Amino acid sequence: MRFELQVALRFLQEGRVQTALILAGIGTGVGVIIFLSALIAGLQESIIERTLGNQAHVILQPPDEVARPQLDRANEAILEHVQRPAQRLRSILGWPGLLTDLRRRPEVVAATPTVEGSAFALRGTANRSVALRGVEPESYAGILDLRSKLTAGTFDVTGTHAVVGVELAKELGLAVGETLRLVAPNDRSEVFTISGLFDVGNKDLNLRWVFISLRAGQTLVDLSGGVSTLQLKVRDIFRAEEMAQEIRAATGLKVDSWMTLNAQILMGLRSQSSSSVMIQFFVIVAVVLGIASVLVVSVIQKGRQIGILRAFGTRREQILRIFLLQGGLLGLAGSLAGILLGTFLALAFQSTATNPDGSPIFPVALTAVLYVRSVLVALGTGLVGSWLPARRAAALDPAVAIRYE
Amino acid sequence: MSEATAVLELRGVRKSYPGAVSTEVLHGIDIRVDRGEFVALVGPSGSGKSTLLNILGLLDRPTSGTVEILGEDCTGLDDAGLTKLRGRSLGFVFQFHHLLPAFTAEENVYLPLMADKGHFEPGMRERARDLLGRIGLEGFETRLASRLSGGQQQRVAIARALAMSPALVLADEPTGNLDQASGQQAFQFMRRFNRELGTAFLLVTHEPRLAALCDRTLTLVDGRIVGGETGPKGSPAVA
Ligand SMILES: Nc1ncnc2c1ncn2[C@@H]1O[C@H](COP(=O)(O)OP(=O)(O)OP(=O)(O)O)[C@@H](O)[C@H]1O
Ligand SMILES: [Mg+2]
Repeated sequence: MRFELQVALRFLQEGRVQTALILAGIGTGVGVIIFLSALIAGLQESIIERTLGNQAHVILQPPDEVARPQLDRANEAILEHVQRPAQRLRSILGWPGLLTDLRRRPEVVAATPTVEGSAFALRGTANRSVALRGVEPESYAGILDLRSKLTAGTFDVTGTHAVVGVELAKELGLAVGETLRLVAPNDRSEVFTISGLFDVGNKDLNLRWVFISLRAGQTLVDLSGGVSTLQLKVRDIFRAEEMAQEIRAATGLKVDSWMTLNAQILMGLRSQSSSSVMIQFFVIVAVVLGIASVLVVSVIQKGRQIGILRAFGTRREQILRIFLLQGGLLGLAGSLAGILLGTFLALAFQSTATNPDGSPIFPVALTAVLYVRSVLVALGTGLVGSWLPARRAAALDPAVAIRYE
Repeated sequence: MSEATAVLELRGVRKSYPGAVSTEVLHGIDIRVDRGEFVALVGPSGSGKSTLLNILGLLDRPTSGTVEILGEDCTGLDDAGLTKLRGRSLGFVFQFHHLLPAFTAEENVYLPLMADKGHFEPGMRERARDLLGRIGLEGFETRLASRLSGGQQQRVAIARALAMSPALVLADEPTGNLDQASGQQAFQFMRRFNRELGTAFLLVTHEPRLAALCDRTLTLVDGRIVGGETGPKGSPAVA
């Protein structure tokens, strides 16, 4: 065994009570960090999952039509108030080429064209305002996999088939195989046969979304050959806004990311993260101080032993390493205890609060990355905490250390 | 006078401790110890014996004057150089046994070997067991130092001082804290190692009875060697 390691281990063993107490301290600190991180990461994952599950990360639309100020010839004055013109449904120019380009980007995981518009759904005397979604089923699955969210039938939007949400079906008394008339604002209308019912876990969307084929959508909203949006999923969701700005600059289109569309949620996530970082930071500071104070006392207690070590030829750097190693070992051992504690806390917390279906209300994210990070943080904490005591130990004058006891 | 046979040579060593009033404790010491000698250093309390031993043990530096170990002038050496020379050429035995209490007897003996090599080697244990056997401690090799008697601890310390086969062992009142029988026994073992291994010893003692059993005696009074016997018998004084 290495000389320094053997001495470090024996010194820790010698100070049993101190070692046990500081290990408990480090373990508690790491446990809190793990519990907190797992809880917040789990919470954020589920918030993001709930937010982004039914939503594209980046949405491209035709640019807003800009209103031009008009000259009032009668008094030669410029009208102060310029009204925004009503936005007519328009197509993204040259969308097939643009879509191909977007799909080539490595950061884009999925891209799909859609025709979106509003319509009325009529069945018998009942009617309901709905949001039309004309989609290409294959590529749309990359944005939102409706096949996995069906409660009845199949996801078939070929020809005049439509897929509607369970709420709309309930409202209009629809079942698979029955028909429904969709009327667009321009009075075009078409009868569709229901091929499937979906439940995306959102009551509003289950009521409003009606999926038909891209072609049927184009016909209904009078956008022959065109599309009203291109939707993207990207690899790194937190770079979505950056990408949106880049695409906006390159194409002149109206491009939004989930980050601007859900600004409050994002702000919530960020303040959650930063308060968690703050708490972790102070826990780490407390642990560093704990390790440092234990080792400072140990250096004083072991002054004579350090003097002896120096007298028989132990070099200053070796003394330094002996104490750094003690810090490192405390950090490592403490982090293992903390992993057990934090994991136990997180799982216990997760199992106490459950939804009616048995799934946890507060899912925790206990990942390998979190564990590895915790071990590294604890190791670093140990080394930082032992730095000052180790320096003091190494600087001890052996003649003085041996003389006074 | 041949440099080759001197293990230790001090010339004009002075030591003062800084303070409100700077006090000079050693006023120009000249000492020489040859290979294989067994020398006693006596003197009243406060005369500077421990101070002198720390200086020639390279644990402390003189304010002026030179210290030579095995012919090497230590004045210009840095801390690392002093540590290396100290570890390889000198052994220490202190009044209060000064073992590492959390280590076993044999670990205490081979720790200097580990410190020198940086790691453990099986031969080190053999060496430690051999030394412990020679000093009458077979059967105690794996006992924790803190669970040995005072006399046993001091014998372990003597074995440890010899682990690196030093040319000179410095012992500061090694029997001062022991009862007479244990003190006598520890002294006898040092004397025997001196004869069998040829290791030189410089022994601080308050007991005239033990000093009489040494090859010669250096007497320190008020920071000066008195009596003129500063070098080995039969060789001219270095002063
Ligand atoms: N670090 C120091 N700072 C100031 N003065 C010191 C220091 N160490 C020793 N002295 C002084 O130097 C003098 C000699 O001390 P030293 O310990 O060398 O004597 P000694 O001969 O070993 O005595 P004893 O027989 O009691 O062990 C004493 O007056 C002591 O007070
Ligand atoms: Mg003394």
